[in-house]
This record gives sequence, C-alpha cells and structure tokens, in this order.
Amino acid sequence: MIVIAGIGLALLVLTIIISLLLRRRLREKYATLWLLIGIVILVLAIFPGLLLGLSNALGVAVPSNLIFALALVLLVGVALHLSWELSQAEDEVRRVAEDVAIVRTEVDELRQAMGTDTGRQDPAPSADIPTADTDTAGRTDDES
Amino acid sequence: MPEHSERTLIIVPAWNESRNVGNTVREILDQFMEYDVVVVDDGSTDDTARVAREAGARVLVLPFNMGVGGAMRTGFTYAHRHGYQRAIQVDADGQHNPRDIPAVLAGLERADISIGARFADVGDYEAKGPRRWAMVFLANVLSRVAKTRLTDVTSGFRAANRRAIDQYVHYYPAEYLGDTVDSLVSAIHSGLSVTQVPVAMRPRVHGKPSQNPIGSTIYLLRSVFALSLALMRGRRGSTEVSA
Repeated sequence: MIVIAGIGLALLVLTIIISLLLRRRLREKYATLWLLIGIVILVLAIFPGLLLGLSNALGVAVPSNLIFALALVLLVGVALHLSWELSQAEDEVRRVAEDVAIVRTEVDELRQAMGTDTGRQDPAPSADIPTADTDTAGRTDDES
Repeated sequence: MPEHSERTLIIVPAWNESRNVGNTVREILDQFMEYDVVVVDDGSTDDTARVAREAGARVLVLPFNMGVGGAMRTGFTYAHRHGYQRAIQVDADGQHNPRDIPAVLAGLERADISIGARFADVGDYEAKGPRRWAMVFLANVLSRVAKTRLTDVTSGFRAANRRAIDQYVHYYPAEYLGDTVDSLVSAIHSGLSVTQVPVAMRPRVHGKPSQNPIGSTIYLLRSVFALSLALMRGRRGSTEVSA
C-alpha cells in the first residue's frame, strides 16, 4: 500500500513538472532540479530496499529519518537557490528601471527639440509630417 | 560655457521632496550657470518631478522607489552616457549648501572622490549615543581602509571624477548605508582615492530628521553589518577601473 502511495506521489510530481514545462510555466533551469527530485522519489518508491541499504550504510537507525534529513537539506537548498535568483532578478529590474528613467527623459527632450525646431505643435506630430525625414527613418528602423 | 570635456553634473536624488527640491534647484542654478542639474525623482508620490522641472532641472523619473543608491546610480549612469567628467551629489532637502559645491569639486584635484564632511556647523549632527558611536566607528575604520583621515563617511555630499563615475556605474549598492559606506569601500578597493573637504550643513527646511534611540541602535548594528560585508568583499570583483 505504502509503496503504491509512494509511486503515486512520485508520478504526480513528475506529471506536474512536465506539464508545467510543456506549457512554458517553468523555466528549464528550475525544472531540472525538480525532475531530479521526482525521479529519486520514484526510484526509492519502486525499490524500498535501496533506502534500507542506504540507511544501513550511513548508520541511520530509522530509514524514514534519512528521508526527512535529505528532504530538509534539499528544501533549504531550493529556498536558497530561489533567494539567489530573486536577488538577480531584482537587480535586473533595477537596472531596467534606471535605464527607463534615463531613456524616457531623453525621448522627452528629443521630442521637445523636434517640436521647437520645426515650429510645430506637440500634439499629433506623426499626422502632419508624412514626408519628413524622421518618418522615413522610423520606417526603415521598423523594416530592419 | 565651460569646455565640453570639463562638464560637471549635479545629481539631486529626491524622494517626496516637492517642498524642498524647487528651492534647492533654483539655488544651484542661480549661483552656477556652468553646471548641469539633474534631479532623480525616486518614485515620489507627490509632484516632486513637476516642481523640479519647473525650477529648471532636467528630471529623471524612476518608476518606483529604489532608495538613494538606486537614484544615485541612475544619475551616474546618465553622467557616464553623456560624457560628464565630474558629478556631484547634492541632497534635495537643502541641507547641502550649494555654495560649497565648488569647494567639494575642488577636492577632485587631489583624489577621485571628494566628500563634503560636516565639520563646522555640527549642531544638528552632534548625534548622541549609538548613532554617534556608529559614525565614529565608521569614520575610523574607513580612514584606515582609505589610508587618509576621514571624519564623515556617511555624508551624501560627495563628488566623483570620471574614473569614479565609471566605477559607480559598474557597482553602486542600494542596500542600507550602501550608498555611502559600501560604495566608498568598493571604490577604494577598485583603486580610487578619497579625500574630504570641510563644509557646513544647514538644518532641514521641511520634514524631520529620523532620530530616536531604537532607530539609532539599529543604525549602529546595520552600519557594522554593512561595513563588515563591504570589507569582507575585499578586492574581489571590484578591480574594474584601470584607466
């Protein structure tokens, strides 16, 4: 019974991970770790003798304690990894935000400079400069 | 107008400073035609950006609050891209007297980073207890690291030359105290030199300084933590600047 439950759990974990991967909800770099965990659970569930042998070899009296210990180590590792990734992501977001601030100011200034240079009003500039060089420049940018 | 290669940028980080930033910007622009002023609006919820723009500053608007460190790195990145040779931080709250700007900038002739240290008008800054211990402790340790006597390392009134700007763009921390202490340590580890210039600080016009016993103790602990991390980081990863 417990063996069946174990196999069921392992299969469930694997199915969830693979379906998340297929629907692109999970990046590969996170998925590999989880796939590995799922496979280890599956192997241990199919061959309970492995766990017994392993705990004997390591000198752990109760096999389930070995599972708990491994699970703890693993979860701490995963949490650390996520914190690390989050820090990376936060730094990237900050860089982007800084860039956006600078670029936005520069765009505003360019727009203003164009407006005053051509003596045109600011609103709807694209409507009345179809032949201006800015328009063709914009178009070539789009195509390239 | 000064030579293109000698342009100086004044960076004013501002977070919800609509009542002060206008005066600060006007005061700078009135006295110094030759400097460009850029206000970094650090995700303010009031109309800091509009006030600063109306006062005549160029304004960089950050989409959300990123702390002084984030605001300053934005300013330094801007300075870097636009080829400014010198940049100086001036706080929006009016505590830094614009009249001292040339003095702090003059310190760059001796070093890559010049700190405007508050000696004279210590009044407001003669903090008691833990906060004072923290400042003395930080100053002592950093003096040793910098191999020059520094008395006020948490001052935000500081100037940077081209080399320092390059280094700041590469690494300018945003964590607590990172914008002053950590940035200084990492700059020194990158081989930049530091000097300080005595300046007087003015009392805040609007808003209140955050000082209470518990806050000061936390300040002390965090400063020790921030400094230890910065020192342990050592020269690894911050050996970028060569030119």
